[in-house]
Parts: sequence; structure tokens; C-alpha cells
Amino acid sequence: MQNLLLTGIFLSFFIFFIPKNMKYWYTLLLLLTHILISSIWAAESIFYLSSPVSITIIPDILNYDFSLHIDKLSGFFLIVINFTSLMGFIYAYKYLEPYKRIKFELSFSIHYFSYLWLYLSMILVVCIQDGPAFIIMWEIMALSSFMLVIFNAENRTIMKTGINYLIQMHIGMIFILIAFLIAEKDSNILGFRSLDIYFSEHMNFPLFVIFFLGFGLKAGFIPLHTWLPQAHPAAPSHVSAVMSGVMIKMGIYGIMRVTASLHNDLFSIGIFVLSVSLISGVLGVMMAITQHDLKKLLAYHSIENIGIIGIGVGIGIIGTSQNMTLLSVLGYSGALLHVLNHSLFKSLLFFCAGSVLHSTKTKDVEQLGGLIKKMPYTAALFLFGSLSICGLPPFNGFISEYLIYSGMFKSLANTDLYMSFILVASITGLTLIGGLALFCFTKAFGVTFLGQPRSGKTKTAKEVSTVMLVPGFMILIVILLIGLASSIFTGPILLIVTETFNLSGLQNNFDDVRNSITKINVTGLIFIITVALIYYVRRVVLKTKIVTYGPTWGCGYTAGNSRHQYTSTSFADNFTLLAKPILRTTKSMESIGGENLFPESAVFRSKNHDIFKDFIIEYPKEFILKVLKKIAVMQTGQINHYILYAFLFILGALLLTYFKLI
Amino acid sequence: MTGLLLIILSSVFFPGIILRIKSIASGRKGPGIMQPVKDIIVLFRKNNVFSDTSSLIFQIAPAVGLTAVLCSSLLIPFADKPALINFDSDFVYFSYILALGKFFMIIAALDTGSGFEGMGANREALFSMITEPAFFILLGTFSMLTGYTSFSDIFTQFYMSDSDFVMIFSLIGVYILIQIAMIENSRFPVDDPKTHLELTMIHEVMILDNSGFDKALIHITTYLKFAVYGSLIYNISVPAGWNIYLQLLLFAVVQALFASTVGILESFRARNRMRKNPDFILTLTAISIVAFVVVIIIRGKMI
Repeated sequence: MQNLLLTGIFLSFFIFFIPKNMKYWYTLLLLLTHILISSIWAAESIFYLSSPVSITIIPDILNYDFSLHIDKLSGFFLIVINFTSLMGFIYAYKYLEPYKRIKFELSFSIHYFSYLWLYLSMILVVCIQDGPAFIIMWEIMALSSFMLVIFNAENRTIMKTGINYLIQMHIGMIFILIAFLIAEKDSNILGFRSLDIYFSEHMNFPLFVIFFLGFGLKAGFIPLHTWLPQAHPAAPSHVSAVMSGVMIKMGIYGIMRVTASLHNDLFSIGIFVLSVSLISGVLGVMMAITQHDLKKLLAYHSIENIGIIGIGVGIGIIGTSQNMTLLSVLGYSGALLHVLNHSLFKSLLFFCAGSVLHSTKTKDVEQLGGLIKKMPYTAALFLFGSLSICGLPPFNGFISEYLIYSGMFKSLANTDLYMSFILVASITGLTLIGGLALFCFTKAFGVTFLGQPRSGKTKTAKEVSTVMLVPGFMILIVILLIGLASSIFTGPILLIVTETFNLSGLQNNFDDVRNSITKINVTGLIFIITVALIYYVRRVVLKTKIVTYGPTWGCGYTAGNSRHQYTSTSFADNFTLLAKPILRTTKSMESIGGENLFPESAVFRSKNHDIFKDFIIEYPKEFILKVLKKIAVMQTGQINHYILYAFLFILGALLLTYFKLI
Repeated sequence: MTGLLLIILSSVFFPGIILRIKSIASGRKGPGIMQPVKDIIVLFRKNNVFSDTSSLIFQIAPAVGLTAVLCSSLLIPFADKPALINFDSDFVYFSYILALGKFFMIIAALDTGSGFEGMGANREALFSMITEPAFFILLGTFSMLTGYTSFSDIFTQFYMSDSDFVMIFSLIGVYILIQIAMIENSRFPVDDPKTHLELTMIHEVMILDNSGFDKALIHITTYLKFAVYGSLIYNISVPAGWNIYLQLLLFAVVQALFASTVGILESFRARNRMRKNPDFILTLTAISIVAFVVVIIIRGKMI
């Protein structure tokens, strides 16, 4: 089977030479083959074997051990990657169709090729333990996703966003490389295997932070998130779905992999991860609320969900440090399940946003409205996605959040002072995230799909083709499966967690967790049946009544129109007022009339700031530009000056050597 | 099972008691105690008017809202009898399932495309969002105090822990739960169900377009929600081990007292300015944090 993988890699280059109309199917075939192979590996490693699956691809090349090493954690991530990548590619079939008229064949070749390689690099990233090979795959992942993001590169802002993304990803890669090099010191192994040896003898905190900076940049923890809300809206929607659904999870994978080898400093590392995650979670969703670009809103929500995953990991680490195995297991399990959950509902939401964009040519929610009538299936999918992302029962998001909550509440009774405060702070954070997400998605769904159209953009909107809806419905099935038959998923996940993080001996308490999960599922079923029942009774009753339709009640005002509706900005207004110290929303208004003799149209503007972007990217950039402008005085353009500079340099070097300074 | 039946039974009388108290306080003769129930029966018989703008969301939301409250009431125990469904951290489920109901009511309001209803929707979303931390910290405090994490266990164990201090927590709990119930049901001082100006409404303005059957469902939802919170208040104010007949009597008394409190508050207190509401709600979180710190102190963690 390993030969199949190699052949697949070789065959991928033929995408460029396949006839135009066959390219998609050829790529799909390759993708499916690899998905099949890697799913078998994943299933073997999770369900059948106690020891990891080891596969040699290239034997003894340059003395490097370039072999795949699939343990339960890798297996889990493989499944997540496989499902979302496949769904994304199915969705792409019709999504890319309008571009076929305006784009060259080559750009499609590059796109499909990059998509396949993004997929391949992701599955290899989670399977490779060896340092150099890992870094190479990490790099291929960054490059291929960059190529995917700049699909519409003729738009200059998209190109700029792409370059920004590429630079940031390389900064992240450098951190990972440095961390691997530091860890190499004792064992002379470059890769994850060296970590156990290094961590057992040195302080863990500094190296972990370097790893966290590297992997966190990929994952999008605040303040390392600035690429994320730019790159996701710029990319085509199926790419955003894969990037947000699974690619940023590679960062989480890295952090989990490193966490599994930690030996000391666990408490401080846990606090570090937890606080960064809490900030990411709360601020991510706060910034999401103020967005009115649908895809940007979803991108900020990715930051929020990475925060939730991080909270799980954080309390997992803290739990281990305090010998609270249950807290640890539930934290990690919640995080891992949320990785799966987020990959599902986030890709679903991005598909829906993509369908809206496809159909209306805009993703600005202020211009949308009333789409539920024109695109009922997309609207339904978006609604279910919103409910899941808010963590509402009976959908999947609730299960993972519940695991984290229940770990924290259960541990609350038997802990010391600090732990109590940490746990209550996390609980409060998680609650706030939940509430804010609800605020955000009632807005996103309500403004986009409900009410009346806010502009003419929705006039021509119609439901997207079935091919674009199929991935959504398949994801919805899995979402409902996790929400209503959770034990199928929580069982293996508990197993993965106990094995990966060496936590065992708690079989009894797992029964408790399983029991609770079953009861949640039962309540979920009761809920669905009751809703159906009440709705059925209502239908029967309404049949006996006279039902009339009329305009919306305008409180006596009869000339209401769609401009009187609440918009995205006005819905978020009371929140932005409350959160002004953090969000720094600025408003400006030019009233009718003003200083002119005749009244002109009034203008209202509000602008949101991402303060982290301002402080980490914008202000330093301005500073550097200012400094560079001053230094530019030297750039006179006269050749004699340049010769002088060279002479001064040689003189300086000479003097320094003479005094033995260098 | 008893818990569920009692909640449904008390929700029948709850709004009537509020109404009676308000009539008496304002010196009117007022309607009878069963008037709200009669109103609901009338609503069930009425014809329906729907807005052209609205969609299926608007039609299904009242059913979802009602089911959410019914599901939440499955988790509430009565006396020492555990609830129909009880599991670890079930109050997380309680809070989230209520949030699901709210989600649907909010999007149903946006579904009508009315500016007024959008206004109510965003207020409801904001206020329910900032109420949640108070509830979670309070329940966290209780589970720390008792060592258990489900409603049924917490309330059974509540009076068995340090008996000197438990009254304090009972009082704090009652206070916070009353306030949360008032906010969740859009009553004083955050909202006023009897206001006549749409601009100052929260809940009422969200349901401007509902009529007939749907409106009846929404009213039932509100009454049930009151009874659910009343039941929670009962559970933390009366020890679970007492005689069952006494418990039944006390349950009626506590629910009646809660209803009267609502009535009296609404008769004698002015409502907050809309801008003041977030401050008011966040104060509850502050109080629950104080309760939390007190538990830490009495459990001897802080020395």
C-alpha cells in the first residue's frame, strides 16, 4: 500500500497534462485513493492495533528515517482531514464552474494540484515524526494553501493577503525549526522523538513556548491570528472550509503532540495555554460580532473555536500537573472532539457562505436578507451549522463543550484555592463564549437569510445546484450523529486520549461520563420528538382556522420598507457600545444638511479595529517604514557615495580585526 | 416525575397570582386568578395572521421555545426525588437548552423584517448573554459546596453540608435566581410586559407579529419558565429530607410567594433605563462571584 501512496504522489503531476474536462475527475480519483488508504491506516490504528502502525515509504534515504508512524492521535486527525477534504472537493465541482469561463486552464491545474498537495501534506504532517521530513511537509502545506488562497490573484488585495499569509506561515515554520533544533541537543534526533529525552532533562516551559508560537500561528491563537481573518475571506469557499476546518487544526495537532511528551513545568504551561485560549475564545467571538463580511465573521469564529479547543488542552495539562486525571481526560477529550466538531460545522458554514456568495455575488450581509425564501436548503444548512457552532443541544457542538464543562465542574469540589479560581475563570470564559456566539449567529443567520432583501443583490439569487448541497447534507448527518449518538464518537476519543497522554486507571469514571452522554442523547431525542409533536398539533389546529397573510405589523406606520429593518451593524450596536474599550469601534456621521444650503444625503460609517493587528502588525510596520525612510537619506544615487560606503565598510572591518574585536 | 407535574400545575396559577397582586396593590378590583389561563384558551381559538415576510422559522419558533422549557423542566428534581433525567453537570444542559429556545425566538423576531422586532431581538440576545455567567458561577459555587454536580444531587445534599452557613447560600441563591428569572422572563426591572411603547420593550416587541395559537404557546412558555425557576428556588430554600406532604404545601407557598414578589416588585418599582440594564445584570455576576469566594473561605481553602 505504501507504493500506492508513492505512485499517487508521482501521478499528481499529471494533473497538468490531463484534458481540461477530465482534470477534476482525475484529481478526485487520486484524492479518493489516498483517502481510502489513509482511512484504512486510521481505522487500524484506532480500533484494531494497540501499537502504532509504521509504514516505510522511502527506505534509508540519506540515513533519514522517512517513515510514517500512525498512532491513535494521528489516526484521529487523519479521519478529520479525510472527511472535510473530500467534502470540500465535491463542493468545488460546481463552485468553480463560473470561473471556467474567465480563467485559463493552467490556473485550474494549479488549483487542483495544490488542493491535492494540501491534502497530502496534511496527512503526512500528522503521520511523520521525523523532524526534517515534518518541516518539509509543513512547508508544502503552507505553499499549497498559499497557492489555493491566491486563486483569484488578479485581485490585488487577494494577492497581498496571500503574501502576508505566506510570510506569517514561514515565521511560524522558523519557530518550529528552532524548537526542533533546541530539542536535538541531547539526543541527536531531529523530530518529535527527541522531545521525550529533552523534556525529561531540561526546563519544559521555554521550549514549549517556542513550539506554541510556531504551531499557534497555524492554529490562529490571539495574538498570532492576524493572517486568519484576511486569508479565509480571500480564498475560494471550499478552500476556506478546508483551511478553517482542518488546516488550522494541524497547529492543534502539533501542540497536542508536544504536550504528550511534557515532563515538568506542567502547571505553568497549562496556565499559559489556558489564558491564551481564553483570550482567543472571548476576543475572537467579540470581534466576530462586529463583522459584516460573512466569511470574515466565520474566520473570527475559527479563532473562537481554536480558543475552546485550547481551553480543553489547557485544563488537560493543568489536570495532569495536579494529578486530577479525570479533569485531564475530560479536557483533552473535549478538545479532541471539538476538533472534529469544528471541522464539521465550520466547513458546513463556509460552504453555505460560499453558496450565498456564488448566488448573490456578495458576502456583505448588509446587502443580503430574505434569502431563506430563495435558497431554502442553504438556509436550513446554515441554521443547523449555527446551532451547532453555538454549542446548543441536541447538536454536536454541545457534546464537546459539555465534556470540558463537566470536567471543570466535577473537579471544582476537591481542589485548592488557585485551581478553584482557574476553573471558575475558565467556566465564566466558556459561558461568555457561548453567549456571544449565540449573539453572533442569531445576527449572521437573521440578517443574511431572514427579513426582507436589503439591496437588489438578492433579486437574482436562486438555490445552488445539488452538488453544492450534497456535502452540506452529508456533514449535517455526521453532526446529528455526534449530537444524538455521541457514544460512537466519545468512546474511541476517550481511548485515544488515555493512550496518547498516558492517562489510565479511571475506568469507573468513564462509565459516569458515558452515562451522562447517553442521557443527553435521550433528552435530545425527547426534544426533537416534542418539537415535531407540537408542530404537528399546531398544523392540525391551524387547518381548522382562517389563516390570513399581511404586511408585518408596523406599529401604525404603514409605509415601512426593507430599509427600516435591523442591519448587522445595528443588531450589534448595543454590544459594541458595551465592548467599546476592547473593540474600539469608531463611528462617524454626516447629518443631512450640514453646512450646505441644500440638504445632501446623510452618511453613517462605523469601523471596527482588530487591536492586536494594529499593535502587532500595523504600528510596528509604520515604525519600520518611518525608520527606513530616514535611512534612505544614504540612498543618494551617486556612484561616488556608494564607493565611499564600500570603503568605510572595508576600513571598519580592517580596524575591528586589528583590535581583535571580530 | 413529581417535579415536572408540579411545575406544570404551578405554571397554571402563577400568572394569575401576579395579576391579582398587582390589582390589589394598585387598588383595582382586577380580573380573577384564572384570567391568564382563560386568555390562553381564547388565543387557542383565534384565527392566525402571518406576515408575508416571515418564513418557516417564524412558524416553528414558538414550538421550539416551548419544548426547550419543557425539556429543561425534566431536569428539575422535587424534594428528595431525583428528576426524571439527571446526570453530571446537567445544569449546563439546562442553560443551553433554554438558550436554544431563545435562539429561535430571536431569529423568529428577525424573520418578520420589522425594525421594532429587530430591536427587541438584539436586546434579548445581549441581556441573555450577560446573564449566563451569573447562573454558571452560582451553580459552580453550589457544586463546590456540596461536592456534586447535578441538580438532583446538589439539592439533596445542599442542607447536609455545613449547616451554619448554608442559609447564607440559600439566600444568595434565592436572590440571584429570582433576578435571573425576572430577566429571563423579561420582567421588572429589566423589562416591563405592560409597557405601551414599542421602543422600550424587549420581549413584547419580539412577539408583535405572533397571533392565535403561536401567541398562546409563547405565553405558556413564559409561565412555565417562571414555574421552572420557582421550582429551583424552592429546591434551594427547603431541605430535601422533610416530610413529603409538608414539602408539597411548602412548594405551593414558595411558588405563591415568588409570584407575589414578582407582582409586588412590578407594582412598586420603576423599571431601569435601557442603558442601565447591562450594569444591573452584571451586578448579579459580581454577587455570585462573592458567593463563590465565601465558599472558598468557609471550605478553608484560603488559609
